[in-house]
Amino acid sequence: MVSKNRMTSGQDAWVTSMIAVRDARDEAAFARLFGHFAPRVKAFLMRSGADATLAEECAQETMATLWHKAHLFDPNRASVATWIFTIARNRRIDVLRRTRHPEPEDLPWGPEPEPDQADALALQQESKQLGEALAALPEKQRVLIEKAYFGDLTHSEIATETGLPLGTIKSRIRLALDRLRHAMK
Amino acid sequence: MTMHDINHHLTDKLLMAYSAGALPEAFSLAVATHVSMCDDCRARLGAYESLGGAVLERADTVAMAPDSLDETMARIRNGAPVVNTPAPRRRGVLPAPLCDYVGGDLADVRWRSIGMGVKQAILPTSRDATARLLFIPAGAAVPDHGHRGTELTLVLQGAFVDETDRYGPGDIEIADEDLHHMPVADIGADCICLAATDAPLRFRGMIPRLAQPFLRI
Repeated sequence: MVSKNRMTSGQDAWVTSMIAVRDARDEAAFARLFGHFAPRVKAFLMRSGADATLAEECAQETMATLWHKAHLFDPNRASVATWIFTIARNRRIDVLRRTRHPEPEDLPWGPEPEPDQADALALQQESKQLGEALAALPEKQRVLIEKAYFGDLTHSEIATETGLPLGTIKSRIRLALDRLRHAMK
Repeated sequence: MTMHDINHHLTDKLLMAYSAGALPEAFSLAVATHVSMCDDCRARLGAYESLGGAVLERADTVAMAPDSLDETMARIRNGAPVVNTPAPRRRGVLPAPLCDYVGGDLADVRWRSIGMGVKQAILPTSRDATARLLFIPAGAAVPDHGHRGTELTLVLQGAFVDETDRYGPGDIEIADEDLHHMPVADIGADCICLAATDAPLRFRGMIPRLAQPFLRI
């Protein structure tokens, strides 16, 4: 595919692997993604209260979902880590809370068959910077964010917790918004 | 439903709680429905989900079982044949997440009258919060009420006005315990809203208070 060749320069290795799974059902690329992300998903689920057996099973299911839903992956919209996070989060809610997590409907224009390389690269750059911003936070604040995403804070705790450094990530959010507006033109 | 200018948006904390998976199902439904109608909040949500991705990327690792990759490949081969199901899209009037809960579109909603022409339909969610569709005839009012917890009210059609402002299609009002209000539908059109509450409402008048246990409002 033309888009695949155009996208190989400079892009994140995980995006390359993900696109190989999406477009070519490439098992070696899937194995690379599995090696990196499955142990993280398992740790994430154990932090959220699953025992090791359940976490192993849910991590496998999360990675199988990644294969089955690969056609929905759009590097213009999410990094591979973000996309896997949303699959694992939904699995956690299904299995641990036994409820559903309603998802927004897809954008009318859907995933682009020929993603804009500049947009995809900008998103990967922003994701990297967001990770660095998270790492650079004072420990107390970083731990709070991690607790929220590991499911250790209730929604009223998130609503009242004043130590959440939402201001710090606002600039990153601003960038995401600008990029989406640009993509909509 | 055409896109109007949306003036009332989700808060950062609601977006974060949604992306972290911390909201009761009824609130998540209101957030997902608003995001379906609001590109600004969709982009902001994207940023909060990226934060979840960054947390996952930085997370510790726990070794998978030795044969887990083979087991996963077996899961994939034994799974349902891969059909490229599109992500949910809007088919009619209601945004896709709501169609799921209604089991169809606006015409399929099973309304129950709660008096004065106001109708409601409770949607099937987990019991830690309640989601309902409200139908308020043009110019009619929902009885004066306050909140013990949080109430999210998302306008799907028409508009309502209360003590705080005017809310049109796509606008979401986030009311906490401090707000006592009496939403009135715009005279121009019937108003249809999605309301999510995590505690029973508190009515000021005697009649609605007596009726409350029966109506589940």
